[in-house]
Amino acid sequence: MKIHEYQAKDLLRAAGVPVLAGKVARTPDEAAAAFTALGTPVCAVKAQIHAGGRGKGKVKGSEQRGVELAKTADDAKRIATGLLNNTLVTIQTGPEGQVVRQVFVESGCAIDRELYCAILVDRAAGSPVLIASTAGGMDIEEVAAKTPELILAEPFDPDRGLAPYQTRLLASKLNLPTAAWRHADTFFRKLCQAFVNLDASLLEINPLVLTKDGTLVALDAKMTFDDNALFRHKDITALRDEAEEEPAETRAAAAGLSYVKLDGTIGCLVNGAGLAMSTMDLVKLHGGEPANFLDVGGGADVNQVTEAFRIILSDKNVKAILVNIFGGIMRCTTIANALVEASKTVGFTVPLVVRLEGTEVEQGKKILAESGTSIITADGLTDAAKKVVAASKA
Amino acid sequence: MSILVNRDTRVICQGITGKVGEFHTRGCLDYGTRMVGGVTPGKGGETVADLPVFNTVAEARDATGCNATMIFVPPPFAADAILEAVAAGIELVVAITEGIPVLDMARVLPVVKDSGSRLIGPNCPGVITPAECKIGIMPGYIHTPGHVGVMSRSGTLTYEAVWQLTQLGHGQSTCVGLGGDPLVGSSFIDILELFQNDPDTHAILMMGEIGGSAEEEAAEYVKHHVTKPVAAFIAGRTAPPGKRMGHAGAIISGGKGTAEAKLEALRDAGIEIAESPADMGAALVRAIERRT
Repeated sequence: MKIHEYQAKDLLRAAGVPVLAGKVARTPDEAAAAFTALGTPVCAVKAQIHAGGRGKGKVKGSEQRGVELAKTADDAKRIATGLLNNTLVTIQTGPEGQVVRQVFVESGCAIDRELYCAILVDRAAGSPVLIASTAGGMDIEEVAAKTPELILAEPFDPDRGLAPYQTRLLASKLNLPTAAWRHADTFFRKLCQAFVNLDASLLEINPLVLTKDGTLVALDAKMTFDDNALFRHKDITALRDEAEEEPAETRAAAAGLSYVKLDGTIGCLVNGAGLAMSTMDLVKLHGGEPANFLDVGGGADVNQVTEAFRIILSDKNVKAILVNIFGGIMRCTTIANALVEASKTVGFTVPLVVRLEGTEVEQGKKILAESGTSIITADGLTDAAKKVVAASKA
Repeated sequence: MSILVNRDTRVICQGITGKVGEFHTRGCLDYGTRMVGGVTPGKGGETVADLPVFNTVAEARDATGCNATMIFVPPPFAADAILEAVAAGIELVVAITEGIPVLDMARVLPVVKDSGSRLIGPNCPGVITPAECKIGIMPGYIHTPGHVGVMSRSGTLTYEAVWQLTQLGHGQSTCVGLGGDPLVGSSFIDILELFQNDPDTHAILMMGEIGGSAEEEAAEYVKHHVTKPVAAFIAGRTAPPGKRMGHAGAIISGGKGTAEAKLEALRDAGIEIAESPADMGAALVRAIERRT
């Protein structure tokens, strides 16, 4: 689950990590009032969307950037007007962009240097790791590819956190003035504690700023949470902004389905994540484009399968649907009954190709054949892919 | 021969009194697995499927001599269940549970590493040695005894591959589901080592997916340490970056973990690639033929 920058900063502030004062605004007047209330000579007005690259991103049809500095309340109002309810396109939003519904007005600070810092779970190390670099404000992936020696990585135990020698190592390699080392020790350790205590899966501070008075400040904050740990963080779950999420994905999650929308024309309904991904690959291999990833899981019932079809059909790009089920625990008869039921209640407007294999496959096929629903049956994966691609282009 | 489990493996189920735990305990019994008991705290003394239920794993071990456990404990308590099994000295811990917080696993893995136990999963279908022992949720009947070692990060994709192998007349020595989470107890490398050393395994089929670098590491290992024919399939060539594809671990982030990078590493190690999921069994046959 993702949250906005201003929400991440509230969480960091509460965890004792230095961030600048700021206020969220939902109208231009609120932005002007926020500027006045903050009382600093310069403020940054920052679009709040669940995507990065805002500083370089532009509002569709204008020169308005996603982050701009304001020197007066009128400035703040003008920038907020340019952003609010407009569509911001950044390198991470894709060409369709994302609508800005709120801005964050944040006080300025005297910047000495910009650094990079992030915490994530490293699979190879099997533990969380703090990554830092002197190359702040830049695309860290590019830094990692071109100058890997500039990337520092310190793994740490979730309960013990970073050791003092690790923060000294970081401070030294980041060329922080020795007077700032104690402060840096506190900063990095609190950041790691926040990551662990909040069950984050990513905490990225880019840029991390060294101010002219020798302190570290999180100038930006991007935070993603481990969905599997949300059960023990009701307060974080409450920060969810559904307006930022793909509506069909939210709807699928509510039904216990795993769905990701894509740009193609062939809807896919599959059991199991690996098989669902493979089915998308298979469609592509045979000249089609998948419209979605959809895993109905191992124990889906008629209601879930019906909802899955509704979600797939709500995508107007879908020209044909491929159902690929390998019955294990899930019986083919369950899916067949669900298909028949769904065809009655949902009504298929596009061709449906069904490939069943595994537990109770013969009975499942019989149910489909006797139901009278217009289903194209397929034998094997390749046959199914060819048939659905042909049907989508007919 | 086989790896990890055989007809002598004595298995308990942690979470046996739950609906899912009971269902799959019965499934394993039907397959012929030597299920010897179960554990649910507070329900010691009851029976499920005619098996004794114990309050703790230590009691279950003392009473039954079990050396393997199958875990169906709900996510909030599953990490603790793994630690309990490890503390009780259970040799093989198979965690089926999906949805364990990743930091819980970061706490568990160092403990497992320093113990004599081996952890498979979590978020996996389990382990099966056909006709001998099934620990997990896979449909038993698609498997046939034979000499192909199968390992995968995904459940149904493994069933698909096993089905193809069986239809091509290639039985399996042992099939291992590694799990779809970012942090799992056993990697491709751990299982490759076991298959390489198992005289009854003659060839290896692996199914990977996007996210992380386990496949790249496996490729490097195969290049230097595996002499048996290996074939591989990678799921998720069409997956967009930054999106979690069902499995918590199946995500391309920061340009890392793409199918292309994995395929390149596997090819470079001389591994036969299945271009299509319909081609997994055939790729294994090609890998064997290339050597003969």
